[in-house]
Amino acid sequence: MFQVRIHGRGGQGVVTAAELLSVAAFTEDKYAQAFPSFGSERMGAPVVSYCRMDDKEIRLREPISAPDALIIQDPTLLHSVDVFKGLNPQGYILINSRRTFEELGIAEYVARFPAHHVCCVGATELALRHVGRPLPNAALLGGFAAISGQIHFDSVEQAILEKFSGDVGAANAAAAREAFDIAKAMGAKGMTAC
Amino acid sequence: MTEETALQRVKFYQTGTHTVGNRLIDKGARSVQSSMDRSNAITSGHRACQGCGEALGARYALDAAMRAAEGQLVAVNATGCLEVFTTPYPETSWQIPWLHSLFGNAPAVATGVAAAMRRKGRSEVKVVAQGGDGGTTDIGFGCLSGMFERNDDVLYLCYDNEGYMNTGVQRSSATPPTARTATTPALGDAPGNVFGTGKNLPLIAMAHNIPYVATASVAYLHDLEDKVTKAMHIPGARYIHIMVPCPLGWGTASDATIHIARMAVESGLFPLFEAEHGEVTRSNKIRRRVPVKDYLAPQRRFAHLFKKGQEDTTRIARLQRMADANIERFNLLGERESP
Amino acid sequence: MLKQIEGSIAVAEAIALCRPEVVCAYPITPQTHIVEGVGALVKSGALENCEFINVESEFAALSVAIGASAAGARTYTATASQGILFMAEAVYNAAGLGLPIVMTIGNRAIGAPINIWNDHTDAMSVKDAGWIQLFAETNQEAVDLHIQAFRLAEELSSPVMVCMDGFILTHAYERIDVPTQEEIDAFLPPYDPVQVLDPVEPYSIGAMVGPEAFTEVRYLAHEKQLQALRLIPEIGAVFKDVFDRESGGLIHPYRTEGAETIAVALGSVNGTIKEVVDAMRDEGAAVGSISICSFRPFPLDELEATLAGAKHVVVIEKSLAPGLGGILASNVRMALREMAVPVYTVIAGLGGRPITMASLRGILEAAAKGRLPDVQFLDLDHGAVEREILRARGIRRSGPTAENILKSLGAAAVAGDE
Ligand SMILES: Cc1ncc(C[n+]2csc(CCOP(=O)(O)OP(=O)(O)O)c2C)c(N)n1
Ligand code: SF4
Ligand SMILES: [Mg+2]
Repeated sequence: MFQVRIHGRGGQGVVTAAELLSVAAFTEDKYAQAFPSFGSERMGAPVVSYCRMDDKEIRLREPISAPDALIIQDPTLLHSVDVFKGLNPQGYILINSRRTFEELGIAEYVARFPAHHVCCVGATELALRHVGRPLPNAALLGGFAAISGQIHFDSVEQAILEKFSGDVGAANAAAAREAFDIAKAMGAKGMTAC
Repeated sequence: MTEETALQRVKFYQTGTHTVGNRLIDKGARSVQSSMDRSNAITSGHRACQGCGEALGARYALDAAMRAAEGQLVAVNATGCLEVFTTPYPETSWQIPWLHSLFGNAPAVATGVAAAMRRKGRSEVKVVAQGGDGGTTDIGFGCLSGMFERNDDVLYLCYDNEGYMNTGVQRSSATPPTARTATTPALGDAPGNVFGTGKNLPLIAMAHNIPYVATASVAYLHDLEDKVTKAMHIPGARYIHIMVPCPLGWGTASDATIHIARMAVESGLFPLFEAEHGEVTRSNKIRRRVPVKDYLAPQRRFAHLFKKGQEDTTRIARLQRMADANIERFNLLGERESP
Repeated sequence: MLKQIEGSIAVAEAIALCRPEVVCAYPITPQTHIVEGVGALVKSGALENCEFINVESEFAALSVAIGASAAGARTYTATASQGILFMAEAVYNAAGLGLPIVMTIGNRAIGAPINIWNDHTDAMSVKDAGWIQLFAETNQEAVDLHIQAFRLAEELSSPVMVCMDGFILTHAYERIDVPTQEEIDAFLPPYDPVQVLDPVEPYSIGAMVGPEAFTEVRYLAHEKQLQALRLIPEIGAVFKDVFDRESGGLIHPYRTEGAETIAVALGSVNGTIKEVVDAMRDEGAAVGSISICSFRPFPLDELEATLAGAKHVVVIEKSLAPGLGGILASNVRMALREMAVPVYTVIAGLGGRPITMASLRGILEAAAKGRLPDVQFLDLDHGAVEREILRARGIRRSGPTAENILKSLGAAAVAGDE
């Protein structure tokens, strides 16, 4: 089983991100279970969503406390919420930021992980450019596909196009594609941020 | 009063703006909000969305009520956004004694608080009950009607954002026709909420012959405060229905709340008036009339009326006729002798 | 058709395929997505011949449903938590009138303190109102139970409540097989009421019954539930024929053969329990579990038979009878009244507290060693509780408990950070 925890803020599409990831896994014939952190938070409050993927039926119903991967949609959370709690030491970290890990103040922490497992992608900017709205969730899933190898980009793209129709779908898919390419390129170069 | 519950003095940086009241005007004419001594009944740190009209409206109303009651105020709150966002785990924004019981019983709980205060010889303590439009016009309506009919000594404040926002924007009986909500989706041949439904609670309140009924809006601070202050000095059952836009549910920019609220009034869709013992005594005249269309267009809940190339002129015209009828009924342009 | 879909939406689609004629909606988290989903299907025209009514309270929701059902319409509504209490009077009434209404409960705690998260207090609050209560273990089962519920309700002329865990199921996106219209039509015949308001054949429904007949009427309510004990497995078997999968029935035993310690629970926590059972079985521990699908009627005989070989029975329940302990556990004890087996009560998952594999494992291991108290609160913060008891003892005007506990947790968290 592979477990992903997504951190962001209310209004950033955190729950949708987990949903999309589960749909992407489903298109690959995997079992997937996505669920939100169940709060009554309003826009701007820290929120969490989860996605499990497996080759067999998922019966477990507890929240994910030991994730294999983290997607952090809002870097301002790094210093207000213990986002890294329980992360698998061989796990993956994807942060929505154009800054470097040094600039984010977590270089020392991420150095413990295999270099190509950690990555920053400026997904909000990608979304603004492609979609015209600062919603980084879909783009980040492209980045996730690139660094984790858990899911094919095509499945992510298909999930996005199913969820968002017409131009919005195409624009989100393009943002995800660019994030995928950026993350892949960085992985190839052993770089960790752009 | 213990240290912990003592009122915080407001840190206040604003000068000379229209939002909280111009400090350049005569002292007696300034708003409660512009005073350094306002009680700040709901203090900062609550978890409302940016630009929440309800957060603003409740603070305006309660600060005015606190001043009128000279600090001797108890508030009862129905379940809803206001209740949830002011009491986030593990904190509270309330600087006044505050009781939340249930969604549908706030008027009755307030009646109980008022009765106890009377019995305890504490009749200087005034009681307000407050709830959203759902808590007021729908589920709490029976208790509210009972409170009115018995003329219980409670001021009831309804914060009307035209839907059940706390549960994710569903229709209430205060949702306007054509508005899209989660239970009136913009689908089919009558998209959004249908025409010919809904209730006008201020008029229903008037039908109970209670001493005071008024409508108010967050866009008109002085008017709102005046009405609350006046109501606080009248014994018996009183009702104020306050229009408070909800950026999340209406799909409006968070910095447009006041603008939108003002257009609701200026279009005639939300008339401002006062009534005593069942008779309208005054209505606020519209200074600059705006077409209903201007009010609807910036709100995503009405987006289906403005689809590119196929504006829903029929429904927009019907909404305009509703506004026109209000203008006529409440004499909003002052064409007749008052009221 | 297999879909990756939110539990609530899958249920909404299944409800629509059952061709309800009247649906009453009132929002309350975490049930709301279901009625919103049905509403959208009505508005888009996908579900034809259905009145979707946005009512003004839960009391009205079920009251409208009562009227519609009595007039012969297939009727559906959904609620949770405070909502079921707000409709409580009508809940008893619908059962007393024998109206085959189907209602979903998106299980949630009841306040005060107000809490939107999952537990089973809401369903338990009306457990003896006369409704049939079915608990879904998975979202697939939630979908399937709703389809079975209409058939069961209409065959018996009794209302049926389908309980699915709020958020944990209602808000989870999972792989769910959403049936086709053909499959449902093959399984669910059109509604043919046993009583109906019709000028052609006028009945009075809801007459006053005095002491001379009330006991008999109540006996028949009990008898109807006993009939359901027979009917539920039968309907489950027919369902299997049409849909080719097991769903429903009275209980689902899991690896109970030779098990000495058996966990018993309602709803979605059974998934996590099964994982624990597998892990412990791999290590040679003789453990198993039972998921109870039908809570009302309560399957006394089936439980007795399945628990016959057990040495320790651990009831894990998301509800509490303050002053007594467990509600489900008391019922399970009734099934074991002729056996000398200890039945432990574990109160877990109240108000959304996660029930983790680690904690469950600890419980089952302790039970196997006979080291569980009669009633235990899983993962209780003893420190917080004791601080509050001491504090309240010290001062007369100690203030509201809930707020004080929160304050003390906040203070402890801050102290812990340092
Ligand atoms: C008996 C009962 N039914 C339903 C709910 C769920 N509920 C809580 S707040 C709310 C909506 C509140 O709407 P409104 O009164 O308009 O206030 P708003 O959130 O819009 O300010 C609902 C449906 C509840 N708490 N209790
Ligand atoms: S949902 Fe609306 S009413 Fe509720 S806090 Fe947000 S803006 Fe305010
Ligand atoms: Mg409202």
